[in-house]
Amino acid sequence: MKKLLLASTASVLLASTAGAEEIKLGILIGFTGPIESLTADMAAAAEFAMKEVNDSGLLLDGSTLVPVRADSTCIDSAAATAAAERLITSDGVLGIVGGDCSGVTGAVLQNVARPNGIVMISPSATSPALSSAEDDGLFFRTAPSDAREGEVMADILMEKGVKSIALTYTNSDYGKGLSEAIANAFIAKGGTVTINASHEDGKADYSSEVAALAAAGGDLLVVAGYLDQGGKGIIQASLDTGAFSTFGLPGGMVGDNLPLAIGPALDGSYGQVAQSDGSGSATLIEMGKEAGFNAVTPYTMESYDAVALFALAMQAAGSSKPADYAAKVMEIANAPGEKIYPGELAKALELVKAGVDIDYEGASSVELIGPGESAGRYRQFEIKGGKYETVTFR
Amino acid sequence: MDILNALVAFANFVFVPGLAYGAQIALGALGATLIYGILRFSNFAHGDTMALGTTFAILVTWGFQALGITFGFLPTALLALPFAIIMTAAFVLGTDRVVYRFYRRQKAAPTILVIVSLGVMFIMNGLNRFIIGVGEINFADGARFVITAGDFRAMTGLTEGLAIKATQAITVVTAVIVVGLLFWFLQKTRTGKSMRAFSDNEDLALLSGINPDRVVQVTWIIAAGLATIAGVLYGLDKSFKAFTYFQLLLPIFAAAVVGGLGNPLGAIAGGFIVAFSEVMVTYAWKKVLTYLVPESMAPDGLVQLMSTDYKFAVSFTILIIVLLFLPTGIFKGKSA
Repeated sequence: MKKLLLASTASVLLASTAGAEEIKLGILIGFTGPIESLTADMAAAAEFAMKEVNDSGLLLDGSTLVPVRADSTCIDSAAATAAAERLITSDGVLGIVGGDCSGVTGAVLQNVARPNGIVMISPSATSPALSSAEDDGLFFRTAPSDAREGEVMADILMEKGVKSIALTYTNSDYGKGLSEAIANAFIAKGGTVTINASHEDGKADYSSEVAALAAAGGDLLVVAGYLDQGGKGIIQASLDTGAFSTFGLPGGMVGDNLPLAIGPALDGSYGQVAQSDGSGSATLIEMGKEAGFNAVTPYTMESYDAVALFALAMQAAGSSKPADYAAKVMEIANAPGEKIYPGELAKALELVKAGVDIDYEGASSVELIGPGESAGRYRQFEIKGGKYETVTFR
Repeated sequence: MDILNALVAFANFVFVPGLAYGAQIALGALGATLIYGILRFSNFAHGDTMALGTTFAILVTWGFQALGITFGFLPTALLALPFAIIMTAAFVLGTDRVVYRFYRRQKAAPTILVIVSLGVMFIMNGLNRFIIGVGEINFADGARFVITAGDFRAMTGLTEGLAIKATQAITVVTAVIVVGLLFWFLQKTRTGKSMRAFSDNEDLALLSGINPDRVVQVTWIIAAGLATIAGVLYGLDKSFKAFTYFQLLLPIFAAAVVGGLGNPLGAIAGGFIVAFSEVMVTYAWKKVLTYLVPESMAPDGLVQLMSTDYKFAVSFTILIIVLLFLPTGIFKGKSA
């Protein structure tokens, strides 16, 4: 209560200073639903970033950011749309951190954000479909698109001299999107995809799936699945029948259980997983420990970075109006300029105010490409002796 | 033209897996068909009896492994099999005592018994998940391969490899032994003869002094044994998850119906028909055809009749076709 009183007094004081205002930012992520275990840390990181900005007192001459949480449910587009409507019309937010899952994010973008001209920065939507969505320049994401993973994988395959691949994916939006991304990128670079077939998770036997893949042939088999599910079954059956001996492993297939279950036969297989090597990630993990959130949780760093982008873009535009600051997001996120890491938001705000160019790196090595989505850093690995050995970062 | 490579590819991806799968289905179908022939209802709980039997076998296997007992190059689970069969038989006899006997005394119609077995299925399903959990369990130990694809290539110099897993060989050998024993039992022993008599004409059998309770008990014990063996072989060869056996119910009943419900010989034939249809319809024939036809005629597509996702549709289709044109099955069972 005391804190609340202090906070409100402070905000009244701040509000009275010239030009300062209370800028509300919506945090629209799935506090209930399939990714609810992630969203507590995501929201905490976002609010932590707002606090850092407020503590500096430098944003737009002493304006403050105020979080407004709303539940996107991750899967129910109607509920997410209603929540977003509420954020904009009744709470009057000037930007939305979110949505989280690709489906609801697309729905909110088209039905609410675009008609109202509100900027959305999603920390976790990875569907390639969002890259080509009409967004009037209002939609950004600090998470990389799965299309990017497809590009990275195609690059790796090309460098390894792979000419043709067989491709199998878990029958879900994630698997389908990723496999299409890999196939398109690989074909564009001159490779051949002999087959692109789905598999169902949770079956006892994958020998007929593997028989079809083997009939199509290819230098190696790319398994865009889950390591504890069908992906493992496919690899096991492929090795048993001698259909394939090397496998391409996207992010969903990375985990210590896989080499443990398959054994030495997996050595020599390779792939990539979204992971940042920047120094910013370590900083945020440390800061999170003190502030009471776990930054290692997926998409937590991206949530922090999303808020930072909002604040810095507003500072650069000198305005909290979405129409003004939307165009600045790409500018502050990318080179050239002084690199900014977590915990340096005060410095960044000052630099921007002074008109110095900045390049926000943040915790997740932010670099926005194409229609405003994170380029994403990927760790290329090769399995050696049952371990995922890092080859390089891309 | 490269007939040898085509043959090896066919054997590796169609014949060997189909043979093992067929043997597993046939053993399952034998149990289901025996129950139908003698107790006169389709036992929907058969798939979960297989799962429960496998669970028992896994538990005993773990016990053996903890004691340091193994079975050489053969899986320890084979050693655990007799114990698992006893436990499963005790369980199904208990079920019969508690559930089915009541309905038998009532002279309940077969449809009612089918629904009763559905209830038993759900209970067993839940119980099994309680005992062993829902995760995937790999309990195969011992030698993994009779011959690996790599070794085969090195030996023969062919481009195609032929892999025969130890579990596939064990499946086929075990199935042959079990089926042999079963037929000897049904044809030669007194109990077997009384079972067949009971199946052919219940009233006449009762008049000639056959003890019906004993026939029912022996039937359950044999069905439990067949289910456990089929379940363990399937689990060894593929992988064990508590709920995947439920999905086997469809091919098993398709096999039993195709062969003629109540006819043991039919169940075996049906098992292989269903298994090979499933594998062959969903196989992409591109590779085999490319070896067989002249280069200019090599197919561009996969030459796959149906995507592997539709595997179960094959069982369904066979079931429907047989029921439409041969309602009593190929080997003239009791009408389905």
